[in-house]
This record gives sequence, C-alpha cells and structure tokens, in this order.
Amino acid sequence: MLTPTKPTSQDATDDAILVVDNIVVRFETPEGPIVAVDDVSLKVKPGEFLSVIGPSGCGKSTLFNVVGGLLGHYNGKVSVAGETIAGPHQSIGMVFQEESTFPWRTVTDNVAFPLELTGMAKAQRIERARHFIALVGLDGFENRYPGELSGGMRQRVSLARTLASEPKILLMDEPFAALDEQTRLLLGDKVLQIQQQLKQTTLLITHNITEAVQMSDRIVVMTYRPGKVKRIVEIDLPRPRTSEIVGSEAFGRYVAQIWADLREEASRGMRDEEKHTLSHPKGGAS
Amino acid sequence: MTDAAAPRPAMRRTIPPQVVGLSSLVAFFLSMELLIQTGVINRFIVPPPSDIIGSFGRVIVEENVFGRFLLTLSECLIAGVLLTVVGVGGGVLMHRFKLLQQACETWVAAMASAPIVLMYPLFLVIFGRSMWTMIMMGFVAALPPVILKTLEGLSSTRKVLVNVGRSFNLTPSQQFWKILFPAALPTIFVGIRLGLIFALINIVGVEFLINFGGLGQLINELAERYDLPGTYAAICFVILVSILFFMTLEKIERWLRPFD
Ligand SMILES: Nc1ncnc2c1ncn2[C@@H]1O[C@H](COP(=O)(O)OP(=O)(O)O)[C@@H](O)[C@H]1O
Ligand SMILES: [Mg+2]
Repeated sequence: MLTPTKPTSQDATDDAILVVDNIVVRFETPEGPIVAVDDVSLKVKPGEFLSVIGPSGCGKSTLFNVVGGLLGHYNGKVSVAGETIAGPHQSIGMVFQEESTFPWRTVTDNVAFPLELTGMAKAQRIERARHFIALVGLDGFENRYPGELSGGMRQRVSLARTLASEPKILLMDEPFAALDEQTRLLLGDKVLQIQQQLKQTTLLITHNITEAVQMSDRIVVMTYRPGKVKRIVEIDLPRPRTSEIVGSEAFGRYVAQIWADLREEASRGMRDEEKHTLSHPKGGAS
Repeated sequence: MTDAAAPRPAMRRTIPPQVVGLSSLVAFFLSMELLIQTGVINRFIVPPPSDIIGSFGRVIVEENVFGRFLLTLSECLIAGVLLTVVGVGGGVLMHRFKLLQQACETWVAAMASAPIVLMYPLFLVIFGRSMWTMIMMGFVAALPPVILKTLEGLSSTRKVLVNVGRSFNLTPSQQFWKILFPAALPTIFVGIRLGLIFALINIVGVEFLINFGGLGQLINELAERYDLPGTYAAICFVILVSILFFMTLEKIERWLRPFD
C-alpha cells in the first residue's frame, strides 16, 4: 500500500541539477526519537518546477532545511550540479514560510541585501534591486518599509530578495501558506510567470494540491510519519498555465489522483495529532 | 442607540492627548494648592505649588542652579555613554559566549534589584569627592538592565531572520551587524532608557548623600535649611534632566529606526 513508485522516467537523468539522495532525518523529542524524513530521494532538472506535497507534519520543512543546508544532522546527501553540499550553498535561494523581510530595511534595501554581500557598488545594486522589485510587481513601493505593506506584498519582497541573488535553484517552503486565498492565487500566478520567464529551476514545498498541479512539472507526494516519497506524479498540462486551466477536466483528474494519495496520509496525520493532543493535553499541535 | 453613541468617540478623539496630560497635571496642582491653602495638608510639610513656582527665581539666581543642572546632566551623560558601551558590549559578549551567559545571567539579574547605592562609601574611597564617584555609582547601578535587555533582544531575534542570513552564507560578523543587531535594537533601546533612569536616580542620590556635586547636593542643602519650596523647585530640575534625556533618546531612536 505504501510502496513508493519509482521515479521511472527520470532515472536516467544525469543532467539533474539538484540531487537529493536517501535523506534520513531523526529528531530526539521528549516522547522519544522520531523519523521526520525517511529515505527521501529526488532529482530536479534544470528549469524544472518540482513540488513536494504532503500533509502538515510529514517532514516537508525538515526536507527544505536539509536541501537549503540549514540542518546539520542527517544521513544521505544533497548535491548541486554534482557537488555535495555541506551547509548553505550559493546556488540555492530560499524563500521561507514565515514572514522574513527585514523590518529595518526599505523594500529596495531588502531586495538589494544579497547584492550588498557581494560588494556590488551602491548605484548598481539599487538598479538591480529595482529590476527584481518590478519583476514581482512592487514598483512604486521601493522606499516603503515592510511594516507598511500587506502580508502578500512582504512575501513578494522576500521572493524578490531571493531572486536578486540569482540562485540556480529556487527553494520555497509554503511561501503562500500564510496568505488569504485571493492573494495566494494571484501570487501563485506571479511566481509561475516569473519562473517561466527566468526558466528558474524551482523546488516548491506545499500542502496545496491545486497550487501544486497548476505550477509543477512533477509532484512528489509524501507520506506522513515517517516522511517517505509515496509517489511522483508527472503533470502533463500545456503551458502557460493560467488560473483558467484550473477548471479543465485534465486538471481535475490530477487533483483527484493526488488527493486520493494524500487523503490517506492526511487522515493518518490527523488521527496522530488527536492522539497526541489527548495524551498531552497541554501540548498543542505544531 | 448606537446611532446616538457614534459621534461621541469621534468628538473625544479631537482632544489631543498632550492637552489631557497637561490639564490633569494642572488640576493636580490646583487641588494641592486648595488642600494646602485650606489647611487640610500642613504647609510646613508640603509647600503649596504657588510657593514652589515663586521660589524658582530665587533658586535660579542664588543657588547657581544652571551650573549644578549642567553638572548633573554631564554626569548622567558620561554614565550613559559608559553604560551603552559596556552594557551593550557585555550583553553582546554574553550572547556570543553561552558559557559566560550561563555563568553570569543570574547574578546580573540579582544585581539589578540590589540597592547598589548603599555601596557609596566604597566608591567614595576609590574615586574621592569628585564627579567620578557619582558617575561610577550611576554606571554600576544601571548596568544590569542594559546588559539584560541587550541579551534579551539578541536572543529573541526571530529564527527565520537568522536563517535568511545563513541561507545567504553570511559570515558571523555580517550575521551580527546585518541581522542580530538591527533586530535587537528596539529592545536594546528599552535597556538604555531603563539604564538612564537608574543612573539618574543613583547619581542624584549619591550627590545628596555625600553632599557634593550638582542638583542632589542642592536638594540636600535646601532641605537642611528647611527651604521646602526651594527643595521642590530643585527636584523639578532633576525631572527636567530626565525629560531632556528621554527626548534626546527618542530623537536618536527615530533617526536610527525611521519606520516605526
Ligand atoms: N527541531 C526539531 N526537533 C524535534 N522535532 C522536530 C523538529 N523539527 C521538526 N520536528 C518534527 O518533525 C516532524 C516534521 O516536521 P516538519 O518538517 O516541520 O513538517 P511539515 O513542514 O511537513 O509540516 C514533525 O513531527 C515535527 O514535530
Ligand atoms: Mg512546514
């Protein structure tokens, strides 16, 4: 029932830019050790949009941290263009789920942050920053502080900041999760448009099926506890994919297929959390 | 009912808060005046506000209040600079070296509530009857809140901001100057503000105790002469020092953090 489907059609790819190989992550918790990520392997090709989907608590963020090089203790290896990473890699740009703009910097200075680190001259980096600000559609807000912007706009600032470092691989952890539905859809369209425009290799972590199907070339479905790869689904829909495609029949079939896979995992996750809440009444679900 | 009630909050909002603050202060003084003039409060214990205002001129002309004011002010200023450098530095070191934090945090917190001013004889022996006795006293007494608040600000920097820095491969010094420090700045300012209050109280207190220096000594002298209106007038100048510091600090903070 839980046998992961082998990523058959991608096995032969030596051209993968990102290779995640047999990652296992264990955490010691007061209730004993847990396996957050269990033997996850995947490959991302240049220019590809790959999503990892799974219910809350299945180890998605843990995987995100491993690929981003923020987590030290894990088994397995992650390599970028053939080079095994140990710590954060400059080819990987991360966009976090939580609000991560710097409140003490203007939009321009936020976006110029990675350029500042490279020692680029001020005039030049402002110009570069403006380019990426325009790309995410925030022109006119260059001199505002994040505190003056909405949640969706701040998330766009974070995205522009990461894009400004021109990473080979864009790695995002539920970047739209904290936003309302309308903002999420619009921002999703924006990201997709940018991704296509820049041919940006992207690894998106999400729990939203529609979002995943609309954007991805392939979707990795994860199981809940331990977090394994359950299936890899290739999304064969024409691009560009606007929000209209969401109504099509083919789209609906993909959503239904992935939901069938996920439902089982999600309900296992829910039962698990209920059990946890019952046995530890004070510890809320994370 | 809601219709009738609606305009009221709007009307209330048109009164600026400063006016409310000022008028409640005036009301307080007027009622004190009234209570004292009618004999409910003994005027030989609490002088009426009008006498205090009347004694301002005398205190200013005869007691060289401006010189003393400047002296106390500069003592506070020097203590404040020392506090900022040593206190913030100490907090940073404690954040950087966990062992130091584990070793010191508790007793620094204990020191914050200790009546350090009672150690003034020791300081008097070390620094003599000079302004350095006051400065060092104020400095030492006010150090704990600055250290603790700096430590708190640095430690409570949101994890995700630190992770953004790590994802961009920041060096430890970039991580500190570009992320931790600016994120901690508001809390550090709270510490400095608290520290300045502690410093002012202790400086004026020691001036009073050793009968030497600025406004504290003046208060001591006037009190010993039983010149109560003068004493209270001198206290008003201490309050003025405190107000000046707050206004300056607010300006600096606004300049450093223009967005909130
Ligand atoms: N630092 C940690 N220490 C202990 N347990 C952790 C830690 N981080 C994550 N976990 C646990 O690992 C599991 C996966 O977490 P996470 O990767 O955040 O899931 P997701 O992002 O899919 O919601 C969860 O059960 C979580 O409680
Ligand atoms: Mg997560």
